[in-house]
Amino acid sequence: MSPAFSASSTKIIQPLPLSTTRSHDKPLFDPLKSTSSSSFLGSTLKLRFNSLNTSNHPYPRRRSAVVAVSDVVKEKKLKSKASFSNLLITKEEGLELYEDMVLGRSFEDMCAQMYYRGKMFGFVHLYNGQEAVSTGFINLLKKEDCVVSTYRDHVHALSKGVPARAVMSELFGRTTGCCRGQGGSMHMFSKEHNVLGGFAFIGEGIPIATGAAFTSKYRREVLKEADCDHVTLAFFGDGTCNNGQFFECLNMAALWKLPIVFVVENNLWAIGMSHLRATSDPEIWKKGPAFGMPGVHVDGMDVLKVREVAKEAIGRARRGEGPTLVECETYRFRGHSLADPDELRDPAEKAHYATRDPITALKNYIIDNNLASEAELKAVEKKIDEVVEDAVDFADDSPLPSRSQLLENVFADPKGFGIGPDGRYRCEDPKFTEGTAHV
Amino acid sequence: MLGILRQKVSFGGSHISIVEQSFLRIRPAVNASRGYTSAAKEMTVRDALNSALDEEMSADPKVFLMGEEVGEYQGAYKISKGLLDKYGPERVVDTPITEAGFTGIGVGAAYYGLRPVIEFMTFNFSMQAIDHIINSAAKSNYMSAGQISVPIVFRGPNGAAAGVGAQHSQCYAAWYAACPGLKVLSPYSSEDARGLLKAAIRDPDPVVFLENELLYGESFPVAAEVLDSSFCLPIGKAKIEREGKDVTITAFSKMVGYALKAAEILANEGISAEVINLRSIRPMDKATINASVRKTNRLVTVEEGFPQHGVGAEICTSVIEESFEYLDAAVERIAGADVPMPYAANLERMAVPQIEDIVRAAKRTCYRSVPKAATA
Repeated sequence: MSPAFSASSTKIIQPLPLSTTRSHDKPLFDPLKSTSSSSFLGSTLKLRFNSLNTSNHPYPRRRSAVVAVSDVVKEKKLKSKASFSNLLITKEEGLELYEDMVLGRSFEDMCAQMYYRGKMFGFVHLYNGQEAVSTGFINLLKKEDCVVSTYRDHVHALSKGVPARAVMSELFGRTTGCCRGQGGSMHMFSKEHNVLGGFAFIGEGIPIATGAAFTSKYRREVLKEADCDHVTLAFFGDGTCNNGQFFECLNMAALWKLPIVFVVENNLWAIGMSHLRATSDPEIWKKGPAFGMPGVHVDGMDVLKVREVAKEAIGRARRGEGPTLVECETYRFRGHSLADPDELRDPAEKAHYATRDPITALKNYIIDNNLASEAELKAVEKKIDEVVEDAVDFADDSPLPSRSQLLENVFADPKGFGIGPDGRYRCEDPKFTEGTAHV
Repeated sequence: MLGILRQKVSFGGSHISIVEQSFLRIRPAVNASRGYTSAAKEMTVRDALNSALDEEMSADPKVFLMGEEVGEYQGAYKISKGLLDKYGPERVVDTPITEAGFTGIGVGAAYYGLRPVIEFMTFNFSMQAIDHIINSAAKSNYMSAGQISVPIVFRGPNGAAAGVGAQHSQCYAAWYAACPGLKVLSPYSSEDARGLLKAAIRDPDPVVFLENELLYGESFPVAAEVLDSSFCLPIGKAKIEREGKDVTITAFSKMVGYALKAAEILANEGISAEVINLRSIRPMDKATINASVRKTNRLVTVEEGFPQHGVGAEICTSVIEESFEYLDAAVERIAGADVPMPYAANLERMAVPQIEDIVRAAKRTCYRSVPKAATA
């Protein structure tokens, strides 16, 4: 069977104007000699953190040279026969990762079914194929860490811990949803699990995430909560990397050394616009060093590689060393949204990435390394099927929002509706909550 | 024509960067219409805002100020003077020129538990950040069904200044007040500035706080309770600045001063005008406005912004909807000219409502004959 983690799996498929040979036998280039302005020097060796450019910086900075993930894997594989001490994950971790990814996949497949049956409506953007990124990163977070995402946010919410029932009800527009049906597919919020949205405008979530990271730092330094080391993850796509807000936040996050990781889910397509047609320099990880933070590229179809990179990036942020830009090369198996006919993508490209399905890759890894048996994995799949079915039943049986809910929650302080013609606050009118008051 | 006194306005000591010639502008004498009161401590609007920020920042360590030039420059209009020395650079944050970025950072900080005050150098620059003000601040409490409230204040000077041209002179009251989920406040006097800013910072919802650059240097008498650190004005209540019985004039921000002057002039001609200082554009105190119109039976709305879909349009419609039978004359709407703000001084004067326009409109509602338009 094809090994899941070989050097060839890290190649980028699209033709680049630069040399594309990426052999891991090339010496890892000396960070002391690299500058962020050199475009060809080792630019194809994408698996290194690009250290900070110190040539014109007045203060000496510590350069962090982190060895790339796939090299770690390769070294470990070469050094000795596979044994438990050399594996990247334990059995429990493996099963946890597998379960999370299968939950993401089954949930999204169920969403597609429900959409075509008319239970879900509007804009629904599915995450099939990108589960390794969500699981690889979010699995390492604590409950107090924040996740900010885009409209493709179902799986981020699920990975962070929002119950499948709450997400499904929200998609059905029922009052038992995580936002009581008021947000919808693109606006998953959960204060309890610190999912800060769910934004429809691309790039909108990046400053929000930067603000949450700012709060973390503020709490530690100004409010003196010494153990506040909460990290924020901002997930966004390749199209967003051409947006002004992205660059503004890279600048400020690096300037103020905020505990944030910018995770780019580069799936090569922004609806029907290929990343290569839209971007002058398609290597997004390079934009990190331009602002003074490490830029890393990782194979986003491989959850273990993503996890290794995530550990380092999140660790950096927790230690107060500042932000990291991680570009995950990944792919979405379905169209941009359920309304997208997906005609522009080459079927050969889709077929290629289908062979790199992250769930299959993890399954093979687990079985090859005797971490668990097929039966155990099948049991996980069955359990997830039941969870998703139960979520659908729960959502189906949930009530629609009542009429009074229309006017609720516009303000945290309800006097925001102002003063009615009788001279009293409108929210004090007993008919207000029934939705029959004239506003 | 009444002689308009040329008044020297005192600044906080340092020069103003953008409006250098403002002290040469002819200003109506504010205090002429007020009697001398026993509690006559005077305070400029600038000092009122500064003291309000200072007190709120010292009361709650989660409040912080972020914006361009708020720290080392002491504020582009010196509103945040002294705050950097007192609270340090972590709480008075100088930002790069990235409105979209730092406004979003403020909103994100508010999502996660802090209480930011975001300063825009003028509200014209807020257009670069309007996505965050509307989409991620105003709508979030609703989209998250109450889980995420956004206790943020967006403040800065709004409306026309003196000779700053089209891109620095727009009034944003109507745009922001149209959006559910925002509270929009616009103070006139120092008392308004202090009370409303304190209320805005303490409010758990996003507040757009529209100041006026030309009012910063104006002094107003303040009573002793205004100086108390827990002084707060309620959001959503208008103030009747001057009682009257013949015509209701509504205004906000700088136009309140003009309306009061106009009321003086009208009083000499036998028309008793009631001047309402709106204070809160959203939620608008329609109850007070309607009660006043039911008393006087005539309405003149005054605003500086563009006429179409403006604040005055909303007030007029509200009055027509709720107090139609009480109206004795057509409602009058005075707004800025329907053009981008010109630069030439005489054109600019024509593009913004003047006291004479308010007087003429009030007379029209009283069926006095007046010349139709201002002479250039």
